[in-house]
Amino acid sequence: MARSPNSQSPNSQSTNSRSADRPAAGAADGSLVEGPVLERVLGAALARGGDLAEVFVEDRQTSGAVLDDRKVEELSSGRERGAGIRVIVGETTGFAHTADLSEAGLLAAAEAASAVAREGGGGVRTVALADRRPARARAEVLPSTVGKATKLELLTRADDAARSAGDAVSQVQAGYGDSRRRVLVATSDGRLAEDDQVRTRFNVVCIATGDTGMQTGYESVARTLGFEVFDQVDVDEVARTAAQRALSKLAARPAPSGEVPVVLAGGSGGILFHEACGHGLEADHIVKDASVYVGQVGQQVASPLVTLVDDGTVGGEWGNFAIDDEGHPAGRNVLIENGVLTDYLWDWLRAAKVGRASSGNGRRQSYQHLPMVRMTNTFLLAGEEDPDEIVAQTPSGVYVAKLGGGQVNTTTGDFVFGTTEAYLIENGRITEPLRDANLIGNGPEVLRRIDAVATDFAMTPGTCGKDGQSVPVGCGQATLRITGVTIGGTAA
Amino acid sequence: MAELLDLASSLVDRAVAGEQMEVYVARGHDTEIRAYDGEVESLSSATSGGVGIRVVLAGEGDDEGNRAGFAWAGSLDSEVVAATLAEARDNAVYATPDPDVVLATPDGVPAKELDLWDPGFAAVSTADKVEMALALERQVRGADPRVRQVDSADYGDGSVEVALASTAGIRATTRRTSAFLSVSAIAGEGADSQTGSGFTVGRSAGDLDPDVAAAQAVERAVRMLGAGKARSGRCAVVFDPRVVSTLLSVISSALSGEAVVKGRSFFAGRVGEQVATPAVTLVDDPTDPRAYGAATYDGEGLACRRNVLVEAGVLQGFLFDTVSARRAGTTSTGSAVRGGFSGTPGAGCRALVLAPGTLDQETILAEVGEGLYVQSVTGVHSGVNAVSGDFSVGAEGLMIRHGVLAEPVREVTVASTLQRMLQSILHVGGDLEWLPGIAAGQTLAVDDMQLSGA
Repeated sequence: MARSPNSQSPNSQSTNSRSADRPAAGAADGSLVEGPVLERVLGAALARGGDLAEVFVEDRQTSGAVLDDRKVEELSSGRERGAGIRVIVGETTGFAHTADLSEAGLLAAAEAASAVAREGGGGVRTVALADRRPARARAEVLPSTVGKATKLELLTRADDAARSAGDAVSQVQAGYGDSRRRVLVATSDGRLAEDDQVRTRFNVVCIATGDTGMQTGYESVARTLGFEVFDQVDVDEVARTAAQRALSKLAARPAPSGEVPVVLAGGSGGILFHEACGHGLEADHIVKDASVYVGQVGQQVASPLVTLVDDGTVGGEWGNFAIDDEGHPAGRNVLIENGVLTDYLWDWLRAAKVGRASSGNGRRQSYQHLPMVRMTNTFLLAGEEDPDEIVAQTPSGVYVAKLGGGQVNTTTGDFVFGTTEAYLIENGRITEPLRDANLIGNGPEVLRRIDAVATDFAMTPGTCGKDGQSVPVGCGQATLRITGVTIGGTAA
Repeated sequence: MAELLDLASSLVDRAVAGEQMEVYVARGHDTEIRAYDGEVESLSSATSGGVGIRVVLAGEGDDEGNRAGFAWAGSLDSEVVAATLAEARDNAVYATPDPDVVLATPDGVPAKELDLWDPGFAAVSTADKVEMALALERQVRGADPRVRQVDSADYGDGSVEVALASTAGIRATTRRTSAFLSVSAIAGEGADSQTGSGFTVGRSAGDLDPDVAAAQAVERAVRMLGAGKARSGRCAVVFDPRVVSTLLSVISSALSGEAVVKGRSFFAGRVGEQVATPAVTLVDDPTDPRAYGAATYDGEGLACRRNVLVEAGVLQGFLFDTVSARRAGTTSTGSAVRGGFSGTPGAGCRALVLAPGTLDQETILAEVGEGLYVQSVTGVHSGVNAVSGDFSVGAEGLMIRHGVLAEPVREVTVASTLQRMLQSILHVGGDLEWLPGIAAGQTLAVDDMQLSGA
């Protein structure tokens, strides 16, 4: 499941923030926890037996602000620091976490995590970690070095720009957020890896009011970069896009129902692939026989126009990192090549079961969570057609300019994805705006029905939710056409 | 508990002149066990805690207005808490001055003491919890030869203690325990696979009924075998109680006074109007201990109370926290909700209940005659817009033919608008279920929705 990067609920927890630097946490050498302590904790975690122990340490600082109803309501700062300890014994994982990063606190968590090792007989285990390679934040301008007033200025600018877009714009909410997440992973087989992840986001929600009631428009920017994002991105433009989206829907007619040809605009969300096959290719679903893609490697699962890649290394994208949350380097993994399924996505645990390496897709929301198989930036490689030509050659159908979120049942392959800006296509031309609706399809069927892919590739950010954990992801695609998919509007 | 309140109070005592302060402190313990294929796949246990601090700076002139700042930390360590307070103070400097930004003051409404803490909670051994998860998995695997896989069988429980104190005189403590079992089954026949989930919730392990969870998961998966796409058309839709709970949760955001004062609710300005059929009486009542979201105090430390939102189809009012109430020129309804220590308060529902009717599900299906029974929905966050009211969700379920459930249907959508659905309710079931989340649910029949399929 995925949704836009900032939840719109009035009591969202996601807009926390800080901006002044606190004293650096952790050990004298600048690491979150010193090597010798980690080695002793890992040894203790295996004292009752077990195959592997892991310490995941995280220090996360967040800062954010929301402007709503013309007012900066509240700046918010958050700080979360702690460690999660895994002990793996056969098929069983024991897990405990603590906010206490002292050696005593970590040893207590190790003791709790090792409770699953019932057999005993582990004895004294000596763990020797690899040499430390400190991580460097890949941000030119750390958001913590930027004044709060500068961040707030972005919000008021966006408010002005959105309200200038049309008299019918009746409400504007703009949100800014940044986070810095330092992580360290140490395992009993000697792995020691660190990362320093800086993320910055900005979003605008507009409401337009007309004779037919209210409509909403949303636009966001979210990158794994620092405050330099705003050298590249014009927040006025983000605000105008959100406002236009709401305004255009005031005149919208109900979306059609039934199966129709659909053209998805480049960068409209890419959520199609995230839901139609991304989740179904996650190895935790595969090993449990809970995916329509089980046993399909080497098979044609999509149109030959489909080459799908998951890549955690693409510069600055929202789903980026240097190492995943199990300490493995982010990778570029081709999942579908010319329509043929080439591989699944793997975390360390599922990969180890079948004797292969992790693909760098083990992620977790925070130190309080177990890692599982997750996507990073998932995208369809661009094709060769002209996007305008694709529309021109579609006699009738629906043109989706922007998608919202989606959801999939990996076992059946049925998935939905919602439109937030869509139009009718009549006689090869984009015509009237449509009200929001979900589209529903079956992953393998829809992937086979893609008959045109254009050159205008673009990425969009999103938040992916799975089993109660949220992580940032990217999605990407160029303009493409699906010959038939069911749209859930109210018009007959 | 006393120690948490002491911590909150001692921080509040540090407030200086011209400054109001509210401190929310929470501490909890959670256990989660996942069974798979006869083994424990994972066992997690942890204690966690944190603090959220709001500082409100008083305006200097008469119409200067107040400014609020917030900071939180996932730790109760004294140095971290002190740094959090400093950060909240600094954040307040930057807010837009607003005379309506104030902390809640005690309003004299007595708090209803609720029994939400099961003292037997801590006595359940980890071994017993593990066995409950393993037994649930075995039970589902053995229940029907068509059950091909049990994706996950989980036991979870948690306890949480919260203390809230403020310079405005708020002193509140609450504590609660909860436990659940949940299971996800995959039924298969030939190449066809279908899924179904089941769960049971309570205040501790002893309240749980694994038979209910297992039966739900198996029935829901097995009865979907052979499902195909239905033909598009308009029809009556009967929603399962779980789906109704989800629908009420969505509608609840339009009943928040905050949404009303900010021009984000389609109910704004309609108090006293008939917004639903007379069969609809909708109440938010966190003082009913049967509700999953039952609570003694709201997120600002005021007593929770029973608020009637819709009576016989007529809109009665909205739910307010302190700030949104002032903006609307009224007083708080004790309806502040907050997402733990890292969230700030906002107005919202905790325990929505649609007053039950008299008919059971079988009778409702018989009354409806022809239509679609929806067992589960997808894409609620992407296809339901609580501002415009547009409603479009993925659905699976069974056709209703001649008043009984018939062939299974998948990969369809049902669509309407929330406004129209409320005006098209045919029957509200008497089969009320106290489901997890912010709303209970029962069978609900809605006329004239658009089914989209083949």
